[in-house]
Amino acid sequence: MKKHGAMPGKEKVTAMDVVQKGLARRYRRERWFRRMGLAAVLASIGFLGLLFVSIIGNGWSAFTQAEVLLDIDFAAAQFDVDNLARANYGALVKKSLQKLFPGVKDRRQKRKLYRLVSSGAAFILQKMVMQDTSLIGTSRRIWLPADDEVDMLLKGYISRSVPESQRRLTDRQIGWIDRLIADGRLKKRFNTTFFTAGDSREPELAGIRGAVAGSLLTMLVTLLLSFPVGVATAVYLEEFAPRNRWTDLIEVNINNLAAVPSIVFGLLGLAFFLGVLGLPRSSPLVGGLVLTLMTLPTIIIASRASLKSVPPSIREAALGIGASKMQVIVHHVLPLAMPGMMTGTIIGMAQALGETAPLLMIGMVAFIVDVPTGLTDPATVLPVQIYLWADAPERAFVERTAAAIMVLLAFLICMNGLAVYLRRKFERRW
Amino acid sequence: MSSLFYPLILLLLASVAFGQGKRRAFAMAARKSGGRFHSRPWYHGMLVALWCLIPGLLVYILWICFADTLITRMVLHDLPREMLARSAGQKTLLINDLHNLVAGHVAARNIDPVLQRAADHYRVLQNTGRLIMAVLMLAAAVLSASLVYFRIGPDLRARNKVERIARISLLLSSTVAVLTTIGIVLSVLFESIRFFRQIPVTDFLFGLKWSPQMAMRADQVGSSGSFGAVPVLAGTFMISGIALAVAVPVGLMSAIYLSEYAGSRVRTWAKPAMEILAGVPTVVYGFFAALVVAPSIRDLGTMAGLEVSSESALAAGLVMGIMIIPFVSSLSDDVINAVPQSLRDGSYGLGATRSETIVHVVLPAALPGIVGGILLAASRAIGETMIVVMAAGLSARLTANPLEAVTTVTVQIVTLLVGDQEFDSPKTLAAFALGLLLFVVTLILNVVALHVVRRYREEYE
Repeated sequence: MKKHGAMPGKEKVTAMDVVQKGLARRYRRERWFRRMGLAAVLASIGFLGLLFVSIIGNGWSAFTQAEVLLDIDFAAAQFDVDNLARANYGALVKKSLQKLFPGVKDRRQKRKLYRLVSSGAAFILQKMVMQDTSLIGTSRRIWLPADDEVDMLLKGYISRSVPESQRRLTDRQIGWIDRLIADGRLKKRFNTTFFTAGDSREPELAGIRGAVAGSLLTMLVTLLLSFPVGVATAVYLEEFAPRNRWTDLIEVNINNLAAVPSIVFGLLGLAFFLGVLGLPRSSPLVGGLVLTLMTLPTIIIASRASLKSVPPSIREAALGIGASKMQVIVHHVLPLAMPGMMTGTIIGMAQALGETAPLLMIGMVAFIVDVPTGLTDPATVLPVQIYLWADAPERAFVERTAAAIMVLLAFLICMNGLAVYLRRKFERRW
Repeated sequence: MSSLFYPLILLLLASVAFGQGKRRAFAMAARKSGGRFHSRPWYHGMLVALWCLIPGLLVYILWICFADTLITRMVLHDLPREMLARSAGQKTLLINDLHNLVAGHVAARNIDPVLQRAADHYRVLQNTGRLIMAVLMLAAAVLSASLVYFRIGPDLRARNKVERIARISLLLSSTVAVLTTIGIVLSVLFESIRFFRQIPVTDFLFGLKWSPQMAMRADQVGSSGSFGAVPVLAGTFMISGIALAVAVPVGLMSAIYLSEYAGSRVRTWAKPAMEILAGVPTVVYGFFAALVVAPSIRDLGTMAGLEVSSESALAAGLVMGIMIIPFVSSLSDDVINAVPQSLRDGSYGLGATRSETIVHVVLPAALPGIVGGILLAASRAIGETMIVVMAAGLSARLTANPLEAVTTVTVQIVTLLVGDQEFDSPKTLAAFALGLLLFVVTLILNVVALHVVRRYREEYE
C-alpha cells in the first residue's frame, strides 16, 4: 500500500510513515541488544567453564604418581637393634638399584641412577622397619615413589624430543627409565601420598593432609564462635533492640564490615590477637578467630532475613497464650528460622574455607610438615597450601596445586549443595 | 588441651547444679510448701547453673588475662639487678628467652644458670598460681550456686532472672560487630601513627617513589627507604579499572538479559552458574591468572610484536574482572527487578521496543542502584588480594601501560608482612599505613554505595 518516496510532495507524511521507516532499523537494534545480552551470559559461563577445564586438565594427573618396584633386602647385618632409626636406609635403595643395573660403574652415573628414586624412599623404609621389626632379615618387593622428574616424564610433561642439555633427565637416565617400564617395574599408580602426607619440599612426597586438618580445626573454631554469636546478634537486633542511635550504629557497622577487604581483618589479627593478646602464631585458634570476625556479618545478615520471614501471627499466638518474649523466641521463632540461619552459616563457612589473605597475615604460611592435632599447633590451611605450591618452582607442583584446588572446590561444592538442600527441604512459604 | 580443662570442669559442675536445682524445685513444689511456684523447675535449675558458671568463668578469664604478666614480673623482680639494668629491647629479649625456657623450646646450647633457675621458679609459680586459681574458681562457682540454690522457693522469680541473663548475653553478642570495627581502626591507626612519626604523612601520600627497604646499618647501600604511596595507588587503580572495564559491561548485560529477556528455564540454569563463579575462592582465580591467563596474554602480545611483562596488569585485571562479574550482575539484577512493571508497560504502550525500554526507561530508573553496585564492586576490586599477589608484580612503577607489571596496595601489605619481621621498623609499619589507606578508601566507597542503594530502594517501595 505504501511505498516510501513513491509520491513525493503529494501526500502529507504521517507519523505512521516515520515509524514504519525506522522499524527495520529498530528491530535490528533490538536483535543486536538481545544478542549482546546473551553473549554476556555465555561469556561469564564460558569463563567458568574455562576455569574448571584448566584446573581439572592440570590437576587430574596428580592423582597418579610414578612408582618404582624395588627388591629391598633388609639384611640383618645392616641393622643395629637398639638404634633402628639410625640404619642406612638410603643404602638399601641404592643396593637394590645396583642389582637392577649392574652395568653402571662410574660414580657420577651411579648418582644419576640413584636420583631416579625419590629421596623420601629411605624414610618410607625407615618407617616400615620401625613399625614392623620382623622385616629385618627378609627381602621384599616394595613400590617406592619415583623422583618427580621421572613422574613428569611418564606423564608427558617432559618432552623426549628436546635436546638433552635442555631437560633435567639425561638420555642415559631415560634409557634406564625405559628399561624399568619394560620390566613392569615403573608404573603410574594411585597417589595415596597426596592424601596421607603433610607438606614437603619434594613434590612426590607432598600431600594435603596437614592442610586439610588445619582447615578443619580452623573451621571448627570459626563455627563454634560465629554461629552462636551471629545468631544471638541477629535475635537481639531483630527482636529486642529498641530503635535508637546505638542500634542504628550496630546495623551500619555490620553492613560496612561485610564489605571490608579481608586482608584488613588479617591486619587486625596480627596487631591484636598476636601483638596484644600474644596468642600463638600460625595456629588454627587465631585463624579461626580472624575468620569468625570475617564471617559474622554474613551470618548475621542471613539470620536476620530468616527471622524476619517468620510471620508475626506465630509470635502473637504464642504471646496470646501467655508465653514470655524469650519463650516465644526460643520455643517458636528460632525453630522456624533455623533452616535459614543454617543455610546462611554454611555459606559463610564456605567463604571462610576459601579465604587466604587474612591467614597470610597471621603467619599461617609457614612451611609445616607435621599434621596439626591441636588448636595451638602451627598449621596451614588448604587455600594457603595452594598459594604456597603455586609459588613452588618444580613443574610437578603445578599439577598438585591444581589437584589441591580440585579438593578445595569439592569441599565447597558439597557445602553449598548442603545449603541448597537445606533451603529446598525446610523452606516454608507462609 | 589443658586450656580447655578448667572450662570443661566448670561446665560439668554447672550441669550438676542444674540437676540439683531442678530437683529441689520439683520436690518443694510437690510438697506444696508456701504456695504455687512462680517459675517452672527448669528455670530454677537453669538459674543455679548460670550462677555456677558465670563467677567461675570470670575467675578463669581473669587468671588467663593476668597470670602471665604477674608471674613474669615476680620472677623478674628476683633476678639479679645487673641483668635488669638494660635497655627495654634487651629486657623483652630476656623475657622471651625466659618464656621459651619455660615452654621447653630450647634452642640455645649454653643456658645461663641464672635464667634456668628463674625459669624453674617461673614454673613453680605457674603451678601454684594454677592451683590457687582452680580453688578460687571452684569456690566462687559452688558458693554462688549454693546461694541461689537455697533461695529456691515459690517466690523466686527464676524465669525472669534467667531471661534477663539471656537478654544481656544477646546484647553483649551484638556488640562484637562494633568491637571488631573499633579493633580494626585502633590496630591499624596505632601502627600507622608510629609509622608517620618516622615518615611524614605528606611524603607517604604524595611521594612518587616506593621502595620500602631499610638498611640494617646507616652506611649500607640504599639505606634510605622511600615510602611514597602514589605508584602503589596508581597500580591499584589501574588493575581495578581494568577489572571494572571487564566486569561492568559483562555483568550489566547479563543481568539485563537474565531479568528482561531470558525464559525461566535459562534463568534457573544461568543464575546458579554465575553464583558458582562468585563462590570460587580467590586463590583459585590467582592460580588461573598466573598459570593460564598471563602466559597466553604474553604469547598474544609477542605475536603482535608487543613486549608484555609476564606479570602484566592486564592479566591480573582481567581475571579480577571475571571474579566480580557475578557481583555486578546480582546487584544490578536486584535493582532492575525493583523497577516497577508499570514503567515498562507505559513505555511499551508508547510503542517502544524492549531494548529501547531498557535503555531509556529501566536503566535510568535503576541507575542509582547500579552505580551503587559498581561502587561496591570497585571497593571489592581494590581490596582483593590473592589474585594480585599471585599474578601482579612487586615493583612499584608509575606507568600507564597495562602490559607492564605494576603493584598494588594489597600486594605490598602481603610482601611486607609475610615472613619474619620486626615490629618497629618502618618497613612493617608501612604495611599498616597502607592498610589504613585501604580501609579508608573502601569504607568511603561502601558508605557512599550503601547510601545510594538504600535511598533509591525507598523511592519505589
